[in-house]
Order: sequence, then C-alpha cells, then structure tokens
Amino acid sequence: MQAFTQLNGLVVPLDRANVDTDAIIPKQFLKSIKRAGFGPNAFDEWRYLDHGEPGMDNSKRPLNPDFPLNQARYQGASVLLARENFGCGSSREHAPWALLDFGFRAIIAPSYADIFFNNCFKNGILPITLSAEIVDSLFKAVESTEGYKLVIDLETQTVVTPDSQSYAFEVDAFRKHCLLNGLDDIGLTLQHVDEIKAFEAKRKQAQPWLFN
Amino acid sequence: MSARTLYDKLFDSHVVREENGTALIYIDRHLVHEVTSPQAFEGLKLAGRRLWRINSVLAVPDHNVPTTDRSHGIADPISRLQVETLDQNCTDFGVTEFKMGDVRQGIVHVMGPEQGATLPGMTVVCGDSHTSTHGAFGALAHGIGTSEVEHVMATQCLVQKKSKAMQVRVEGKLGHGVTAKDIALAIIGKIGTAGGTGYAIEFAGSAIRSLSMEGRMTLCNMAIEAGARAGMVAVDETTINYVKGRPYAPRPEQWDAAVAYWSTLHSDEGARFDAVVELKAEEIEPQVTWGTSPEMVIAINGSVPDPAKESDPTKRGGIERALQYMGLEANTPIDQINIDKVFIGSCTNSRIEDLRAAAAVAKGKHVAANVKLAMVVPGSGLVKAQAEQEGLDKIFKEAGFEWREPGCSMCLAMNADRLEPGERCASTSNRNFEGRQGPGGRTHLVSPEMAAAAAVAGHFVDVRLLLN
Repeated sequence: MQAFTQLNGLVVPLDRANVDTDAIIPKQFLKSIKRAGFGPNAFDEWRYLDHGEPGMDNSKRPLNPDFPLNQARYQGASVLLARENFGCGSSREHAPWALLDFGFRAIIAPSYADIFFNNCFKNGILPITLSAEIVDSLFKAVESTEGYKLVIDLETQTVVTPDSQSYAFEVDAFRKHCLLNGLDDIGLTLQHVDEIKAFEAKRKQAQPWLFN
Repeated sequence: MSARTLYDKLFDSHVVREENGTALIYIDRHLVHEVTSPQAFEGLKLAGRRLWRINSVLAVPDHNVPTTDRSHGIADPISRLQVETLDQNCTDFGVTEFKMGDVRQGIVHVMGPEQGATLPGMTVVCGDSHTSTHGAFGALAHGIGTSEVEHVMATQCLVQKKSKAMQVRVEGKLGHGVTAKDIALAIIGKIGTAGGTGYAIEFAGSAIRSLSMEGRMTLCNMAIEAGARAGMVAVDETTINYVKGRPYAPRPEQWDAAVAYWSTLHSDEGARFDAVVELKAEEIEPQVTWGTSPEMVIAINGSVPDPAKESDPTKRGGIERALQYMGLEANTPIDQINIDKVFIGSCTNSRIEDLRAAAAVAKGKHVAANVKLAMVVPGSGLVKAQAEQEGLDKIFKEAGFEWREPGCSMCLAMNADRLEPGERCASTSNRNFEGRQGPGGRTHLVSPEMAAAAAVAGHFVDVRLLLN
C-alpha cells in the first residue's frame, strides 16, 4: 500500500449528501477481476452523458459539463470534498480503488459509511472527518476560489487552508500508523500467528461444531 | 459480571488479542462470491499465501449468473470470466463451491443459512454489505471489503474496533399484511440511512420475537441500509428449530452442547445500550419508498413529499433531485403511481416464506396490462425446488409472472436483468439508489406482498385491501 504522509492537493467539491458506492463505481465495472483501471469510470453515470460499459474507449465519450470532476478548474484534484454519509451502500472496495485510480488521496466530509471508511485506509486514501460547519465553509471557499488547495498532514493531523486556517482531525492510532508507513495488514496480523493458533485450538475444544 | 448485550457477548468471545482499542477478532465462517473475491485470491497467490482454514470458507456465484435458461452458460463474456475465475480459484485453493447448476447455488445470504453454515454465536463475514443478514441467527455478521476478504483468508482474523450498541425495540403485534420488510423500512424512515452508522443493532421486542427466521433475516439484511454494519436478533426456539438438521449444523452428538451455549446468546436483563429506538408494531403500515435512498419512505396511504415544506436546504435539494430522478410530482398519492416492472427476489426477500406471501396475493389474479414484466427470482435452487413442490411456480406463471433461476438478478442488475431508463419498478430488494437496477431505472422498495399487489393492480396499492 502507498503510504500517506503529507498532501498539498487541489480540492474538487461534490455537493451531495448520501453519495453511495453504486454512484462512485457502477455495477457493470465490478465485473473486472483486477484492482486497477477503475478511475476512468469513477462516478460514471454523473460524469458522462452516455451509458458506460466495460471495454469502451472512455476518452471518446461525451462528458457532462456540469459535473465538477469534468471542469477545467478542478483537473488534477487529489482531495474530494463531500457531504454527509459519503460512501454508503455496497461494500465494494472498487469504490476506493476507483477514487485512488482517479487520483484522489484524501476525502473530506462530515461523515462516512463504516465499510467505505474502512476500505479507504486499506488503499492509502485518508478519509478526514470535519464538522458540517467547517465542511460547509470549505465548500464556499472552494467554489469561490479557483485553484483552491489544502495542505493535509497526517502526522500532525491537520488540514491547512490557503489563508493558514488550520483544522485538526481525529484518526485512529493504528490506522494512522499503517497509513504513514504504507503497512500491509496481513503482514502485521501474521506476527501474531501463535496467538491465533492458540485461540483457535481453544475454540475447537469448546465449540467443535464450528469446525465440522 | 455486569449485564452484557448480545453484541458484547459475540464480540468479546472472538477477541484473539487487543491493543489500544483495536482488536483482532477470530472469524468462524467466511462466505465468498465472485465479485469481491478475485482480487483477494490474486493477492494470496502473489504473496504465496494459503488459506488459513479452508473449511471455514464456502463459495457461490450469485451476482453475475443468468436467471433464464442456463444450458448455454453465461452469454456476457466479462460476467462469464468472473464466474470462471471463482471456479478456478476455488479449485486452486480447495474451497467448497456450489457452482451454477448445483441445486444449492443461490444468493450467498440465502445459501449460508439454508445450509446451516450460519450458526448462532459465529462471526460471519463476506465481501458483501448484506452479510448483516446472518445476524438473524444471533451471530456477529458484517460485510467487509476485498482487502479484508484477503486478510480473513490469510489469517482467519479481522482487525476491528468494537462498535457502539443500539437496541431497536419493536413491541406489539404487526397488522395483517405488514411484514418484516415494512418494519425495516419504517425503522430506516425513522432513524435515516446514517442513523446506525458506528453501531451494531440488536432488534428486540415482542414483534421481533414473533417473526420467523425468514423475517428476521429480512430485517437484519436491511440493517446496513440504516448504516449499521451488523444487525442481530437473540437466539430463541425459532432459531434453534430452523438450524436443526441442516447440512452444516452440529452433529447429533454435538447438538445438546451447542444448544446449551446458544441459549446464552441474548442481551442480559439490564444490559446497557448506547442508543435505544422504539417502534410500536401496530403503528407500522405497508411501506413504499418514493426516492433514491431507503430513508425516503412513506406508508402506502401517504403522498410523495413536497420539497417546499422542507426548511433544511441540503435536505430540500436532496428531495428535489430525488423527485426529478424518480419522475414524480410532489404530493402525488403513492397509490396513484403506476409501475412498469415488478421484481420479487434479492437477499432481502427471496426465501420460501416471501414467495408464499407473494403467491397468496397473486393467486387467481393476473398481472396488469401496463406491467411489462413481473419476475420472481427465488433465492436459491433449494428455495426454487421447495416452491415448485408447493405449486407456487404455477400460481405465479398463471398470474403472468416469469419464474426464474436463482441469483441476485435485478437487485443490482449485474446480469442481464435490468430496468431500462425511466422504467419504474416495484422491487422487494434493498436499495433504491440512482441506477441501481439499471441506468435511469426508478426503484420503489416494498415487501413481497406489496410487490405482488402492485403487479396485479398496475400501481401501488394497499395490499390489505386485497387480502381482506
């Protein structure tokens, strides 16, 4: 996993509540057996005017000019500004894969759905929770300021605006450690093989029917 | 020891180790389907890792499988490759798989309980958000992402932080024609799609106790639509009677010990919940969603809401966008909304009891002329066989419904079953998101009874009027 330390990124606003993972990456693209290549189909139904299917040449498809991700001023954005309950619905990890492949490394929203939030950390994306008021003020600032960038520092847990306003955010210590160092969870867990084996042996003794 | 919740008991009994509030929990059952597993198997192969415990894993293809004639396999080459990849991975890793064509094949959340592979006291995971379904058995069950699928395959464990506990208590007696689906939608209407975020929900109260296992599965299935990763119901006789005799259930010599343990799987008297939500069963009416989120729901005798009456601008914008997408006018009575298609199926409502209930409404009637397609997709080959034994397929076919092969089908339209742009569907599934059942498709979530009633009326109708 790619480590996340600090990011000075262009921000793109997505001003909708309850953005679900079906919207982030529609089901027809879930047929892929790979992790990469979902970026061109991120937000497919909102981003293009035609209906997308796997295998199409996305560079030739008609873009929806009203969708922020398509607008010239937001090209190259790596920070997604969103509303509450972002990433609700399906557990598909294809959603963070698509966001990452598109170029997003951080998301800022007032709240997230649990599974999506968790999936982000497994893929080097930092989902930041800030209060609805702060998010609201960021939406206003982004929309009124072309080239609006935020400096996100995971070590100090801060988001700093162009006018040097600093917002602190919370992050779980274990997740922070993994993200800062780009650590693979499996490798970490396998450091505890003996404990897992001991637990399993006890369980098999007490509830043998679980091992039929 | 102080009084504990069911969630406390389930979580605590699976903790292998804990450090700074982050626990490693042991996973008893891992269910696998074709969409969220290929990248996990690939990750194992690349790292040269094996499965930690092969017999904890059960696989089944469900999202991509056709529901029509299967004798020629899957027509779409990309869908076919995904299912073949699952077959190959299961062969390579030695995993038991119920392939297409096996009578046990079906939607993963129907298959697991049906096989007795979901048992009380277990931790159950699957790369699918509707894994919450299995909590109906007094199990701790939730959906995980593909990285976690790989993690569980390699370590038999999951890195977890304990959630908060919410009790949703429904007391009283449900009215005739009111179902577990209506309870689920009414709860989501009350607490919202993020109301359960960060919580594990235990459903309790006399109305829940009197639900069948099928009804409890419907309810726990929708916990995720309220934002809760896990939903659960305490073990009682209904649970134990359902499990008994199933292929993966405890063997006869293990049975008494299993039942003795399972009988402890309930919240203790006086256990403290972080949040409590109460509903009265008598006040719940048949529900219909009108918008593009499951919380956009109202009783059948209600009307489409008017955004002008909403003061919060974000909510008002959400209602306006939903009405535009759904092609609905504010203040339209729900029972005046005509439909184009009907879908009875999905991991929410495709079990035998659901099909019986829908058939009881459809019996002797006919699908309305304006309904282009009404389809019934059983949850598994075994549900289909049982329904056919009871003659339900004949009732549906005589009423003009199509009787299909088992799978996820038009719940998410990854196979050939989908809505065309602008088509309106009465659906027994779980999500009415934009494009969920096909790009531009318009989904209204209802119970199986309400879907069958809408099919024969051509518009939404209070099923209680047809039953009386």
